[in-house]
Amino acid sequence: MAKKLPKRIPYFPGCSMATTAKENNQSLKAMCESLGHKLIELKDWNCCGSSSAHSLNNGLAIDLASRNLALAPKNRPLLVACPSCLLRLRHAHHHLCRDYEARSQYEKTWDRPFDPDLEIIHYFDLLDRVGLENWPSLKNLRGLSFVAYYGCMLAQPPEMQHYQAHRGLMEKALTTLGAQDRPWGYGARCCGTFLSVVRPDVVAPLVDEIMGAAVQAKADCIVTACAMCHLNLEIRATAKRKIPVMHFSELLAIAMGDAGKKDWFSRHIIDPIPLLRARGIL
Amino acid sequence: MNSPSQNKPALKLSRHSRDFANKVNSLAHTDTRMCFQCQACYNTCPFVGAMDVTPPAILRLVLLGEDKLVLNSTTIWTCVGCHTCSTICPQNVDMGAVMDALRQIALERGIAPAQPEVLIFHNAILDSIKKYGRTHKLEIMLRYKMKNLDLFSDMDVGLKMLAKRKLDMLPSRVKKIEQVRRLFSYSNGKSNG
Repeated sequence: MAKKLPKRIPYFPGCSMATTAKENNQSLKAMCESLGHKLIELKDWNCCGSSSAHSLNNGLAIDLASRNLALAPKNRPLLVACPSCLLRLRHAHHHLCRDYEARSQYEKTWDRPFDPDLEIIHYFDLLDRVGLENWPSLKNLRGLSFVAYYGCMLAQPPEMQHYQAHRGLMEKALTTLGAQDRPWGYGARCCGTFLSVVRPDVVAPLVDEIMGAAVQAKADCIVTACAMCHLNLEIRATAKRKIPVMHFSELLAIAMGDAGKKDWFSRHIIDPIPLLRARGIL
Repeated sequence: MNSPSQNKPALKLSRHSRDFANKVNSLAHTDTRMCFQCQACYNTCPFVGAMDVTPPAILRLVLLGEDKLVLNSTTIWTCVGCHTCSTICPQNVDMGAVMDALRQIALERGIAPAQPEVLIFHNAILDSIKKYGRTHKLEIMLRYKMKNLDLFSDMDVGLKMLAKRKLDMLPSRVKKIEQVRRLFSYSNGKSNG
C-alpha cells in the first residue's frame, strides 16, 4: 500500500459530491492540489448504484459499479471520496476478483481486461501516505475544537476488512493542525442514510442524540468526511442547540491556505461562518 | 421439577428449512449457521427500535426455515446496511448481505414489503439511474412523495435544501446512457414499484 501516488489521480466523485455537497467536492480538489495532486474526474462516470441497487438487485449493483471500474485508466489508483461509493466500487472489484464467471462477463461487456490490481483508494489513504505532520506551511486551526464523526465509514463487511479503516485519522490530522479534539462516544454511529427520507421519525431522534452528544462534549463543530452524514446531521437535527457540521476537506483546505471560498460555507444549512470568524479562521 | 419445555417435542427441521437457509447463505456469501446468538448485533444496531424482529432473531429464524415470518418483517426493509454489526460480529456473519438476500427473495416471491415506502424510495432511485445514469435528487424526492401520496411532509427541509443550492434543477447525465440502461435489462433490474 505504500506505493507513491501519481501527480494526476483519476477521481470518482459520485452523485452526492457532484450535486448536494459541491462544497465538499471543491474543497477536496483544492486540498489535494495544495498537496501536489490533481484529481482528474473519471470521464462519463455513472452512479455507483447507491444503497438502492444492492438492496434490490445484487447483480445490478455489481454491474453499475463495474462500468466505472472499466472507465478507470490503467496503472493508476482510483480515488473515491464518498464512503458509500467507495464501498460499492470496492465490493464490485472484490466480487470480480473472486468470481470467474462475473469476470468474463465483465470483459465481454466492457471489451477490456479486468484489472485485479486496480487500487481503489479514499482520500484518507492519500492523507495517510502524504503524512500531514511532515507538511510545511500549514495554517493553524488553533482555537477550534471538534468532535470527529465517521458515521459508518469505518465499518466494512467481514469479507472486506482487509482494507485499512483509518480509525483516528481525522483526529490526528486536525490536532496536527492545532485544533482540539473532544472525545465522545458517537463517532461511529450511523446517520441513518436513506431512512432519513423514508422514516424521518426514526432518524430525527438518532441525529438529535448525536448532535446533543457533540454539544455536551463542548465541541465547536462536528467534522465529517461523508456528504450523506453531513446532510442528515444538518437537516434532521431538531434540537435548538446545534453546532455547525464541517466537511473534513473544508477544514484541510482552509489550513492549506484556501480559506477564500466563502461560497462553500454559504451552502451549509447550519451556518458555520460566525464560528469560523470568531476563531479567526476565516 | 419438570419444566413445560421438557415435555415439548424436540425441534424438527424439515428439508424446506434447510433449503431456505442454504439459499440465503449462497445469495449472501456468508454462513448464517455461524451465529451463536451473542446479541452483539442487536446491541449495536442503531435501528432496532424500528424493527419488529431483531437482527439475531432473523438469523435464527432463517435457520429454522421460518421464511414467511422473516420475509414479512419490517426488519429486512429497515436495515440500511451500515455494517456496524458486521464490524463487531465475532463470527463474521455478514448481516448486511443477509438482509440484501432476504429482500431479494421477498421481491422474487412477490411479498409486499412491510415498509412499502422503502421500496418506493429505492425504485425512485433506480428509475433515476436508468434515466440519467446518475441520481437526480429533486426528481427522486418529488416522485417518492407522489407515489407515497405524501406531498407536504418535509416541505421545510426541501425548501431549505433548495435555498442552500443543494438540489439542482437539472440532472447531471451520463453521455453513453445506453450502456447504463443495458445493465438494467441484463440484471433484470426492473422497477418493482
